[in-house]
Amino acid sequence: MEALMETLLGNVDWAEIGVASWDTLVMVGMSLLFSVLIGLPIGVLLFLTGKRQLLEQPVAYAMLSFVVNVLRSVPFIILLIVMIPFTVMLIGTSLGVAGAIPPLVAGGAPFFARLVETSLREVDRGIIEATQAMGANVRQIIFGALLPEALPGIIAGITVTAITLVSYAAMSGVIGGGGLGDLAIRFGYQRFQTDVMVITVALLVIFVQLLQMAGDRLVLYFSRK
Amino acid sequence: MIVFDQVEKSYQVGGRAVPALHPTSMTIENGEVFGIVGHSGAGKSTLVRLINKLEPSTGGRILIDDEDITWYTAAELRAFRRKVGMIFQHFNLLSSKTVADNIAFPMKLAGIYSKEDIRSRVTELLARVSLSDHANKYPSQLSGGQKQRVGIARALACRPTILLCDEATSALDPQTTQSVLKLLADINKELGLTIVLITHEMDVVRRVCDRVAVMDAGRVVEMGPVSEVFLHPQHPTTRDFVFESESIDRDELQEDFQKANGRILRLTFKGESTYKPLLGRVARESGVDFSILSGRIDHIKDTPYGQLTLSLVGGDLGVAMQALEAADVHVEVMR
Repeated sequence: MEALMETLLGNVDWAEIGVASWDTLVMVGMSLLFSVLIGLPIGVLLFLTGKRQLLEQPVAYAMLSFVVNVLRSVPFIILLIVMIPFTVMLIGTSLGVAGAIPPLVAGGAPFFARLVETSLREVDRGIIEATQAMGANVRQIIFGALLPEALPGIIAGITVTAITLVSYAAMSGVIGGGGLGDLAIRFGYQRFQTDVMVITVALLVIFVQLLQMAGDRLVLYFSRK
Repeated sequence: MIVFDQVEKSYQVGGRAVPALHPTSMTIENGEVFGIVGHSGAGKSTLVRLINKLEPSTGGRILIDDEDITWYTAAELRAFRRKVGMIFQHFNLLSSKTVADNIAFPMKLAGIYSKEDIRSRVTELLARVSLSDHANKYPSQLSGGQKQRVGIARALACRPTILLCDEATSALDPQTTQSVLKLLADINKELGLTIVLITHEMDVVRRVCDRVAVMDAGRVVEMGPVSEVFLHPQHPTTRDFVFESESIDRDELQEDFQKANGRILRLTFKGESTYKPLLGRVARESGVDFSILSGRIDHIKDTPYGQLTLSLVGGDLGVAMQALEAADVHVEVMR
């Protein structure tokens, strides 16, 4: 058995795999946290300032929407590079786990903001109207009606964002970001160690599966429809 | 009292003002059930939303209990809206909240009630709408009629003085409609609150309303006590609604008229005279023979009424008509 493992997975350094997995977890976790913290208010603003909505503001909407679209249309691999000076300014380095987080957030937050906007639009207009008729102000409509009603959609959005961030985090290995992607590129790609490549990809697949399952469960738990 | 003083509303569509409500003046008295009937697109939905300013008017004034709501500030408007409950065709309950939390929601928004107040009021309202066993269910677990009862309880939570009903029974089956209308009538009687009800069914108006306004193409074309409008409709739109609600086919009626002999009269009577054994007596006294071509005995709110179309042959028609009119029967000569 051991001999078989040795032949098949001779290049795999399990300790390094462990560290890289942990790094990926940290990168995805931290960037997801900030993507949600930044993306949620942007998504709410996009929704509110949109056409025929509570705080209709065509100029503000167009500007916000433009920024979101720009960030979303830049391929992530380019965003990684473009963000380097900014990342250095923000946290002192563009390398390692910490250095990967700002570009990940720059890619994740606008993505999540759009998902939030979409799920808020799915909320029945009648519910907003009814809440208005009760004498609610805009803040109460957002926190009392809109967000609770859109919660399952928002959780589904967090799941999709998390999975996107897993693949973005793997890409950040290109600029020295660390994690499983970095391992796959350095050993699997540059040194032709196919066994390392297979293991890292397998781990990423498992990670994504787990995220999707957890997300689906949460959506189901919060759905009352 | 809700007073419309030359109120109008138009929408801007592609730079043009499209009128939804032409200048309208009317008064809705405190404690009455006021119906607004019209086809979809007639402007009734707009009209009811002007009362709580979900839609701002574009001209005229709306006075509620002598206060002009036209220029309310945002804060004044929010305080005012707590005194105006509203229920909707599609209920518009929050799917993420339980029945009890839905009812508590407007009280929580108001921010002036203690937790204890809210709890006791919710319990009281749940009992009032017979949903005490469903307090912890979610709206998706309820039937349409139950959802509308939650909507009613929610609308009453802050003890409003006005209740607006936007097609409140249009999504319900006939039996459920009846029970919801009964609940509305009971609430009107017990709490004395003013109900403004819009519908496209004359039958709903007939069952619960005191007065009715008929709308067509953004105008109120006829208005008055329900018995008056219902039994003696003047405007073509009103007639359509009345015929529709009685499922009268005009062509068939004409056919019946052609087959019948003699004069054709339509008798309309309401109240006590509905129960009087009148026709036989009139026939004996005047010597006319009659056959009934169509007829309906029913109630308008709590008042019984009857409407019969007769063909009369022989005898002394003048004596017959006099006797009928003496007995408080409205006689209309159709032929």
